[in-house]
Amino acid sequence: MKVLAVDTSSLVISVAIVEPKILIAEYVLNQEKNHSMKTVPAIEMVVDDCGENIKNMDVFAVAHGPGSFTGLRIGVATIKALAQALDRPVVGVSTLDGLAFNLAYAEGLICPIMDARRQQVYTSVYKFCDGRLTRLEEYMAAPLKELIGLLSKWDEPVNFCGDGILAYRQLIEQEMGSRARFAPPVHALQRASSIAWLALERALEGQIQRYWELKPFYLRKSQAEQKFGSFDGSKEVSS
Amino acid sequence: MPYICEIRKKLNEIKEKDEVIILAIETSCDETSAAVVKNGRAVLSNIIASQIELHRHYGGVVPEIASRKHVEAVNPVIDEAMREAGIGFDRLDGIGVTYGPGLVGALLVGLSTAKALAYALSLPLVGVDHIEGHISANYISHPNLEPPFLCLVVSGGHTHLVWVKDYGDYEVVGMTRDDAAGEAFDKVARVLGLAYPGGPSIDLISKKGNAQAIQFPRAYIDEDHFDFSFSGLKTAVINYLHNLKQRNETYKIEDVAASFQQAVVDVLVDKTIKAAEKTGLSRIAVAGGVAANSALRQCMTIRTREHGFELFYPQLVYCTDNAAMIGCAAYYKLIHGKIDDLFLNVEPSFSKIVADRRQY
Repeated sequence: MKVLAVDTSSLVISVAIVEPKILIAEYVLNQEKNHSMKTVPAIEMVVDDCGENIKNMDVFAVAHGPGSFTGLRIGVATIKALAQALDRPVVGVSTLDGLAFNLAYAEGLICPIMDARRQQVYTSVYKFCDGRLTRLEEYMAAPLKELIGLLSKWDEPVNFCGDGILAYRQLIEQEMGSRARFAPPVHALQRASSIAWLALERALEGQIQRYWELKPFYLRKSQAEQKFGSFDGSKEVSS
Repeated sequence: MPYICEIRKKLNEIKEKDEVIILAIETSCDETSAAVVKNGRAVLSNIIASQIELHRHYGGVVPEIASRKHVEAVNPVIDEAMREAGIGFDRLDGIGVTYGPGLVGALLVGLSTAKALAYALSLPLVGVDHIEGHISANYISHPNLEPPFLCLVVSGGHTHLVWVKDYGDYEVVGMTRDDAAGEAFDKVARVLGLAYPGGPSIDLISKKGNAQAIQFPRAYIDEDHFDFSFSGLKTAVINYLHNLKQRNETYKIEDVAASFQQAVVDVLVDKTIKAAEKTGLSRIAVAGGVAANSALRQCMTIRTREHGFELFYPQLVYCTDNAAMIGCAAYYKLIHGKIDDLFLNVEPSFSKIVADRRQY
């Protein structure tokens, strides 16, 4: 089973192909934001470079959120259309799960923080137990102070990753001292290999969706809905 | 075989084909649409999922909400278009998509979808300028219409007078310098307390009003160019209502709406007729959402008849945003080999047609 995954939830564009027991290819671009132009060409390049054909992919996966609303839609729309064209299943993996998986086998807790602007981070809390990533908290958009308060209920060290550490490292160190550890840059940012691997595990367990079922997981309502309310009856549910 | 090699091969095959079928996608504003079009003019399906009801609550299109709805709707709308056309993806010869102008987040959903489909199905990708799409709507409704002709494109986002010289060869002879005509309708409707979108609301209520009741300004009507301005007219309506309210005088909404509408229509028709005379074109087409306005249709019919010009209108369904018109425009680009690569990006505020404009 070959899984092709993309992550365009942040400044990074990442594409990876995995199959059981092996990472076949991975592309990571952490530069200027031009996801709309480069995402499909990046997929094409990765597929071509491994001498593969897009038609040979069995599952399409995407980091479906949280993250930049526009970035999420580019990734989700791309993956959904690939799956639609080739009649394949899709798997949506939380961006936060993917970031946490970058630090697989870390001792203590794993806490991805993504800069969500408005003085907030997208975050959750994870632990790696028995070879599997376990999420201990809900996905949330919260002020950093609130997250640090939440983390005080454990005494274990906390491993932070995600682009939030660029903005908040000093503040975290002040509040948490040596209990806080920070991922080195190569593990701190979105990697499609992590998304692909988690998607592969889920696909092998039958946790797949059809392309029309997959939606971005924004975690936040649009500003207009926050201000004036929603009128389409849909609710944002965590997945 | 790499994508680009497969596409070169496909382009050669297309030259030999009797039937060229395009799947087109349009998500530039608040309509998610997909269509299957054969040989540019035969619409096999044209599915439109409108978000108007949702945006009405906010008094206008909310870009973030529009983008969210597009990403949910676009794939089922494509499936529906294919089902109604009765064909599978294997019968397609190309993917057409609106890449601008429009709302950036909304365009991105359609473009990302189109690029992934084109790549996975090894089909040529054809980016279509939204304004070119509107112009092409007339080819669908009038199978015998061929360039050259003059086209007035009027919608919520555009007011352009375009000299259509050939397929893909355009010259903008006039355009709005501020608000689009449809935008003025929306804004005045809001001031009058009428429902969004303003065009149909004002059209309807104006039927009961006196269009000569109030003399609102007709911008540039006596000037020797073909540009438009509607922002002053909108302000004139607002000031008029404000003055009446200050003096505690009542007014008939019907008369205000009808007089405003007449001012817009007079300028649109007058400039179009003058531009046709100057360019020597005898065929005039109207396109875009405002082309559905009944006063514009009526006035344009009378004036073109007086001058002996031939007038063309798309059917109502092809006036507002739809993917069929994009499929039509994409067909003429495709058969002329004008295709895009997978790096194609959205152009939210740039139109190649407008950028190529020479001063008229």
